[in-house]
Amino acid sequence: MGEKLLMKGNEVIAEAALRAGCRHYFGYPITPQTEIAHYMAKRMPQVNGTFVQAESEVAAINMVYGAASAGVRVLTSSSSPGISLKQEGLSYMAGAELPAVVVNIVRCGPGLGGILPAQCDYFQTVKGGGHGDYKIYTLAPCSVQELYELTVDAFNISDRYRIVTMIMGDGILGQMMEAVEFRDEHEEKVIPYDKDWATTGTQMKRDKNVVTSIYINPEVLEKHNQKLQAKYATIAQEETRVEVFNCEEADIIVTAFGTVARIVKNVIKLAEKEGIKVGLIRPITLWPFPDAAFRQYSETAKAFLSVEMNAGQMVEDVRLAVNGKRPVYFYGRMGGMVPAQSEILNKIKEILAK
Amino acid sequence: MGIQQDIIIAGFGGQGILSAGRLLAYAGMLENKNVSWLPSYGPEMRGGTANCNVIISEEPVGSPILNSATTLVVMNGPSLDKFEGVVEKGGIIIIDSSLVDRKVKRSDVEACEIPATMMASDMGNLTYANIIMLGKLIAKTAIIDKSNFEKALIKVLPPKKHYMIPEEMKALELGMSY
Repeated sequence: MGEKLLMKGNEVIAEAALRAGCRHYFGYPITPQTEIAHYMAKRMPQVNGTFVQAESEVAAINMVYGAASAGVRVLTSSSSPGISLKQEGLSYMAGAELPAVVVNIVRCGPGLGGILPAQCDYFQTVKGGGHGDYKIYTLAPCSVQELYELTVDAFNISDRYRIVTMIMGDGILGQMMEAVEFRDEHEEKVIPYDKDWATTGTQMKRDKNVVTSIYINPEVLEKHNQKLQAKYATIAQEETRVEVFNCEEADIIVTAFGTVARIVKNVIKLAEKEGIKVGLIRPITLWPFPDAAFRQYSETAKAFLSVEMNAGQMVEDVRLAVNGKRPVYFYGRMGGMVPAQSEILNKIKEILAK
Repeated sequence: MGIQQDIIIAGFGGQGILSAGRLLAYAGMLENKNVSWLPSYGPEMRGGTANCNVIISEEPVGSPILNSATTLVVMNGPSLDKFEGVVEKGGIIIIDSSLVDRKVKRSDVEACEIPATMMASDMGNLTYANIIMLGKLIAKTAIIDKSNFEKALIKVLPPKKHYMIPEEMKALELGMSY
């Protein structure tokens, strides 16, 4: 590893993308992720890359579609309302099996909402967002170092499976500075994939490649859908990620992702001082959801508590995974309010007193 | 220092509040501590005030958001009003007394007044007020070593501004010895 640097989360995402071999960025500014565009605007010309500030989010995602079709690594980033605008493009990219990385530094909604941290786009990302049966591989980092690691992984996984990968964070992760250690350039985990499907020009030496999401014939389209679903099943099998912390012998398991998981780790220490054993299951991939970890600990823990910065979204997947074996509770804050340690601890005590 | 120091630095936009916090965090990192720096970026910024949360810890940092602080550094009145209540019992409040015209009301915290902006003005450059405040913070809390602060300056300032470092260090020492 190289030198330790103190960097902003947003800037680390951009730097990680460059290190992963991304040379094309298309975006439109929106708080709290604009530093990604700033960084790319400065750095892309230095590495012979392309930075375009598009006229809108819709234009940006379609530029991403074009670049991905040509087989290059491409990034776009936005925040909730902007990600809503990109949904049509994301569905088309899923249909056309195009790899790309999309960053959503979530702010609070609905509508224009506010710019403070939230996790209210869980449903949008994990359950579809756009039209049609498709999935987006969704990573939820919880530290600046992890923003680096997971952004690099996102490009590799995107290319490997020809799928859109989303990095989902919030304003705290995007705006905060923490120490980050980058690998030396030659040690970077960039895995090259042969994109023999890309539209790179035939040079009159091969048949033409077609990148499309239109299949008018129903038999053909059903087959295409079956192929997509089989791919999603493989990804769920191979690429699910989760952090399990302190769960052995835990009376109650709290589940949280991203920033909230950091707060929960502090709560675990506080609870320990009061003799309460609390575990944490932190989904690192939101899709695929780490059901197995929940199934495993529903044998031992008395109850589960999902803490989120929304009205209760991931909790639905927790309930599906726990499948009625144990009670599943929810605590959430909205509108840019961040759950305090004391609030979470009180909720834990309230549940254990039942 | 204790296992973890939770610092809130607050004042007006333009006083170097965010960069003071960043320098502090950088110096902490250079001491191999775990650090986080979180700026205010929300609606409160629109009123012209700025604040940041800095955590310097022996252990991995949990939440970067501070609900309470061991030390508060304030460079204007509204910030004292806003954050006086979040300082832990036995904590420290460092006030730029040339800009804040009231005293700390609480009796369970240690209040340190230092006319940092006046001192910076005497140095001939108002922009050193934030560094003078950090000097006082370092003297009171031993949160970082002075030598690491200098190293942080070298890292954070662009090379064309490195000529300012001797003056910045002078400002730091002024704050430390006040």
